[in-house]
Amino acid sequence: MAKRATQEVNAGSMADIAFLLLIFYLVTTTMDSDFGITRKLPPIQEEEEEKEVDINERNIFIVLINRNNQLAVEGELFDINELKEATKEFIVNPLNNPNLSDRKEVEIPFFGVVEISKGVVSLQNDRSTEYGKYIEVQNELVAAYNELRNELSIKQFGLPYDDLDTDRQKAIKTYYPLTISEAEPRNIGGK
Amino acid sequence: MAKFGRKNKGGTPAISTASLPDIVFMLLFFFMVSTTMREVELKIRVHTPEATEIKKLEKKSLISYIYIGQPTKSYIGKYGTEPRIQLNDVIATDLEEIGQYITSEREKMDEADVPLMMTSLKIDDKTKMGIVVDVKQQLRKSQALKINYSTRKKLVK
Repeated sequence: MAKRATQEVNAGSMADIAFLLLIFYLVTTTMDSDFGITRKLPPIQEEEEEKEVDINERNIFIVLINRNNQLAVEGELFDINELKEATKEFIVNPLNNPNLSDRKEVEIPFFGVVEISKGVVSLQNDRSTEYGKYIEVQNELVAAYNELRNELSIKQFGLPYDDLDTDRQKAIKTYYPLTISEAEPRNIGGK
Repeated sequence: MAKFGRKNKGGTPAISTASLPDIVFMLLFFFMVSTTMREVELKIRVHTPEATEIKKLEKKSLISYIYIGQPTKSYIGKYGTEPRIQLNDVIATDLEEIGQYITSEREKMDEADVPLMMTSLKIDDKTKMGIVVDVKQQLRKSQALKINYSTRKKLVK
């Protein structure tokens, strides 16, 4: 007695099922991946509220954003498009300008004893500054450091900074430490 | 006559839909792989600023999110128009809640992962810095020092 062959399963509705799943995923998920500027906050100091570190006047690069989102560098109005170059010049100080950052000698692996900048960028803002502007300035400052690191990396190792191994990246980080200090905001010019 | 008739009856043959499920499944897998689940329902408007010097955040499990922005239209009646802080699904009413939120996020993690914990700040670009600074101050108090200002990628000019 010949057994009847098993009937083929109707696959016509397969497409409908798949569409249903597809639409479910389209609705419940998002595409956005997270990007951002990563920073580290300074640990809080309980006792000594105002610890004045003796940083020489010439070693501080004061960047200020006021409540009208205007940018001032070292007390003068400044254009944001020039901020990156100015920051780089402040850190490197190629002409040994006595108004720009001083240097100190440090020994770094891969580089030996080198002179690195003592400069600190101080970013100050008002409580009514817009966050968008703050990020724009923050971005320019980080860009200045990243460019310097990249230039050094290409000069020393012939590779862009991102392609280096951890040890070499660390050496370059010591050469150009990211020193952006953020002062507590205040109400510049009243409320 | 009959001969011709039979010939015309065929017309254009129906397109085979046998491969349609395959195509749709392919799309489905693409979306399953490239997207992530929507985690929270935003009650505030967050339009993050643009930046170029950005890093991609890996390991979502290590990240806790804090959102700051104006309440959306449907929530203005409830929360007003001033920028508010949202932690997961709830709007914080008090700054102190941030500390509790960080502690509870920390407890959820593996012990080994705690030092790697990062807080992602998703802040609307129209927000005033005052509230941002208050939040940062709270984060410092609760020892959550690694932060990330969430931004969108800016196309290079």
